[in-house]
Amino acid sequence: MAQRWGLPVVAWPMRLRPNFWDLVALPLVFGFIALVSWAGQKMSVPYVGGQQIEISLDPWKLPEYGVRTVMRMGIALGVSLVFSLAYAALAAKSKRAEKLLIPVLDILQSVPILGFLSITVTGFIALFPGSLLGYECAAIFAIFTSQAWNMTFSLYQSFLGVPQDLREAARMYHLSPWASFWQLEVPYAIPQLVWNMMMSMSGGWFFVVASEAITVADQNTTLPGIGSYIALASKEGNIAAVGWAILAMLAFILIYDQLLFRPLLAWSQRFKVEAITEGEGERAWFLTMLQRAGFFQFIAWIGEQVGDLWSRMVHRGKPEPIKIAFYERHSERINVALDWAWNVVLAALAVFALYEVITFVSSELGLGEIWRVFLLAVATFIRVSVLIALASLIWVPVGVWIGLRPPIAHRAQPIVQFLAAFPANLFFPIFVSAIRDYHLNVEIWLSILMILGAQWYILFNVIAGTLALPTDYAYVASNLGVSRWLWWRRLILPGIFPAYITGAITASGGAWNASIVSEVAQWGDDKFVATGVGAYIAEWTATGDFPRIVLGIAMLSLFVLTFNRLFWRRLYTLAEERLRLD
Amino acid sequence: MADVQPLLETKEVCKTYRTADRAGRLVLDHIDFALKEGEIVAILGKSGSGKSTFLRVLAGLTPQSEGRVMYRGAPVIAPITGVAMVFQSFALFPWLTVLGNVELGLEAQGVPRDERRKRAIAAIDLIGLDGYESAYPKELSGGMRQRVGFARALVVNPDVLLLDEPFSALDVLTAETLRGDLADLWTARRVPTKGIVFVSHNIEEAVEMSDRVIVFSSDPGRIRAELPVPLPRPRDHENATFRKIVDDVYAQITIQPGREPGKRGAPTQAIGIAYRLPPASIQQLMALLDTLTAAPFNGRADLPHLAEELTLSVDDLFPLIETLQLMGLAQVGGGDIEATSAGRALAEADMQKRKQVFGEHLLRSVPLIAHIRRVLDERPGHTAPSGRFLSELEDHLSEEDASEVFETVVNWARYAELFAYDYDSGVLSLENP
Repeated sequence: MAQRWGLPVVAWPMRLRPNFWDLVALPLVFGFIALVSWAGQKMSVPYVGGQQIEISLDPWKLPEYGVRTVMRMGIALGVSLVFSLAYAALAAKSKRAEKLLIPVLDILQSVPILGFLSITVTGFIALFPGSLLGYECAAIFAIFTSQAWNMTFSLYQSFLGVPQDLREAARMYHLSPWASFWQLEVPYAIPQLVWNMMMSMSGGWFFVVASEAITVADQNTTLPGIGSYIALASKEGNIAAVGWAILAMLAFILIYDQLLFRPLLAWSQRFKVEAITEGEGERAWFLTMLQRAGFFQFIAWIGEQVGDLWSRMVHRGKPEPIKIAFYERHSERINVALDWAWNVVLAALAVFALYEVITFVSSELGLGEIWRVFLLAVATFIRVSVLIALASLIWVPVGVWIGLRPPIAHRAQPIVQFLAAFPANLFFPIFVSAIRDYHLNVEIWLSILMILGAQWYILFNVIAGTLALPTDYAYVASNLGVSRWLWWRRLILPGIFPAYITGAITASGGAWNASIVSEVAQWGDDKFVATGVGAYIAEWTATGDFPRIVLGIAMLSLFVLTFNRLFWRRLYTLAEERLRLD
Repeated sequence: MADVQPLLETKEVCKTYRTADRAGRLVLDHIDFALKEGEIVAILGKSGSGKSTFLRVLAGLTPQSEGRVMYRGAPVIAPITGVAMVFQSFALFPWLTVLGNVELGLEAQGVPRDERRKRAIAAIDLIGLDGYESAYPKELSGGMRQRVGFARALVVNPDVLLLDEPFSALDVLTAETLRGDLADLWTARRVPTKGIVFVSHNIEEAVEMSDRVIVFSSDPGRIRAELPVPLPRPRDHENATFRKIVDDVYAQITIQPGREPGKRGAPTQAIGIAYRLPPASIQQLMALLDTLTAAPFNGRADLPHLAEELTLSVDDLFPLIETLQLMGLAQVGGGDIEATSAGRALAEADMQKRKQVFGEHLLRSVPLIAHIRRVLDERPGHTAPSGRFLSELEDHLSEEDASEVFETVVNWARYAELFAYDYDSGVLSLENP
């Protein structure tokens, strides 16, 4: 064959060649980069405290506000992820760290997010003087606190649950602790983590109004975003603006769903240990694009090269020497002594912290105030308990009904998630005008706002629990001619109990947290306040009275912790032991 | 003769687990073991004999409490690169493809990408998995999954292969094929592996595969016997020597605690309250007794034949046999089992009578049941919390074993209607609802 002159042929693997998917991928990528840099620039404009940032109710401003809110939530989600990985890994790997980290997490979880905001905001502002960035960081931190804890718990639980044989295989094949973290523990945790990230995102939306209004020493700063838009709309009593805000939120939740959670869910299927049931293996167009487009293949290829380079550096000059050494015997006695010392340190820390809080609060406030706040907390406690009971009465039958019809159940998931994300403030107009026009009891009707976001967890879990019930049970029941009532009492209620408890725990936590944004409702010039610790915290936060804020938050956390320990935790153990299906 | 250095060796290895009263429970008691080049050693024993623990000590996964473990003369403190392991549950990473799973060990060793792929594909071909490279483990059958387990182990060119009941999660036919393939690879020297230790509870499988069978006794795990298998491969299960070895192994395994081997009919040594009772199911116990006393066995059977007849594995069969022995319903010796007159009487009784007779045997030969019954009789309300007996058991057994023994006792007593147990309140009582 005649020699031909031509361009040298570079080995260019098939998968790296551009294809149809690149037409979609490239605009998306560059659009995304442009958007991020635009929003980033906006976030760090010069700003001095007290300066008024103009929020406009013009619907055309909503896309801009939306992008900024979404950006904050995205950053917060990223930070939550990093935080959760580090925190959960530490708690799961070290027995001693676990003793400190898990109770701390328990407490952090019970502190309302507004509490974090009012306590930490000054620090963030001092970090970036003369710039809006400090305020942005405070807002992001507030969203972070509404997202991080449940992700951390889920990761911690998953890390503990990694099957022993997989751990042994990882050690047997010499995965380093680092490699085994990324190749074994994190993959194992992914399905549960993705699920919790979705829940976290809903939680973030629910508090979006609270997180974008930052109060420092009587100065209100409202960051541009959907939350501020909603806040202003409620203040001015503009019902049309509320409608636009709902629409914008819906759009942004859908975009998040399409671009982040659908792909994540589809991708996380592969990390499930048990076999996939058909129909669950959803496809997500965005994931398909990521997997097919030459552009992303190219990025992946670069990643592989870097990884290989790294691996070559790490393993330079080996085959790995055989790991042999004289067996190092840890003295049992030294270990026990160390454990004791550590326990003493922890106890001392706890006593010191308690002492600090007490002296700080009591230097400004008397016993009478503490007693009063205690009573307020009791009021909120009654409200939460009644609401959870009511919500259960309504949503358990509905959940079971949906759960018995799988096609409906699969479609209900995104809807429920959207409902859970609905900020309570969006309902202010309805409730405030109803209370005003019909002279309704504030104590009762404002309470409903508390459960608006939280109730969906019950519904969600009941649906999941019903779906998981083996169909044989239903066959047996109908075979035996079990009556309606007996069917509920003997089959359905015990069957869904564990799932219901999980949902109710989450809902109860959510309701406590929501008390701050729902015990005070304002629409236009009408403002209604219910009796409760939530209203107490919200009102003193607006004035910036620090000792009272701390007292309120401490009381609320104490109630949540006690309630969880004495009530929910026990039910949970009962559910685990007695009513498990396997 | 010059002493050849063993591949793996243990000297006086003991393993103790901590128990509630901190006394510790001995699981492995002074094990001296050596794996020489070119041999396959099978470790057999009842469940609870510590055979899996021993394999993990050999692997460097679990530290021994006393003694030394050595690989080619050097002490082992962590998993070593020359040793690979295959797990009963396969232990594949579900999120990695077959290829990814096989490459895993190589990746950890820092083998470059191209070489990694080449070696992984070679191992996959060797074990007969070609075509499945891009499949995920959950798409594969059990047998195929275990092939991935073998490929993952063989790809790192191990000196020593440790197999932890590799075939016991597979159905009979699949297990046989896989065993055959492995034996072929070994005899044809197509793998660089120089020695294999494998734990099994299947006696025929152990005799078929190994050059030497080591029988562990239970509580604590000790080496009770070593039986060489001087047969050429492939081995015929019907061969007379093969059958003889299988019988010998059965005889060794079924030796009762406190009884000297060989002396048939010697009186059973009394067992204590905290004896680790075998978790035998009543249903299976009665089925075994019925089969044993009926034709063609007529009260006396060769254990391997009986196992085959009942399609029970060793792990299922031995707890039953031990229970029969404990209660004086059958005698075992030399690989045979014979129903005693009490055993025959029980088998002939009708359902109600059975319960009653069984109950009498329980009270006579199981001290724990007699003890519980006595306490319940003496107490004014004839009730007692389960915690009381559990903590007595935990003085001698691990928490897990204690609750297993307790569960077994409750099961037996419920059948014989000796006492009742309320799960919700954890209370034992004499009344029978």
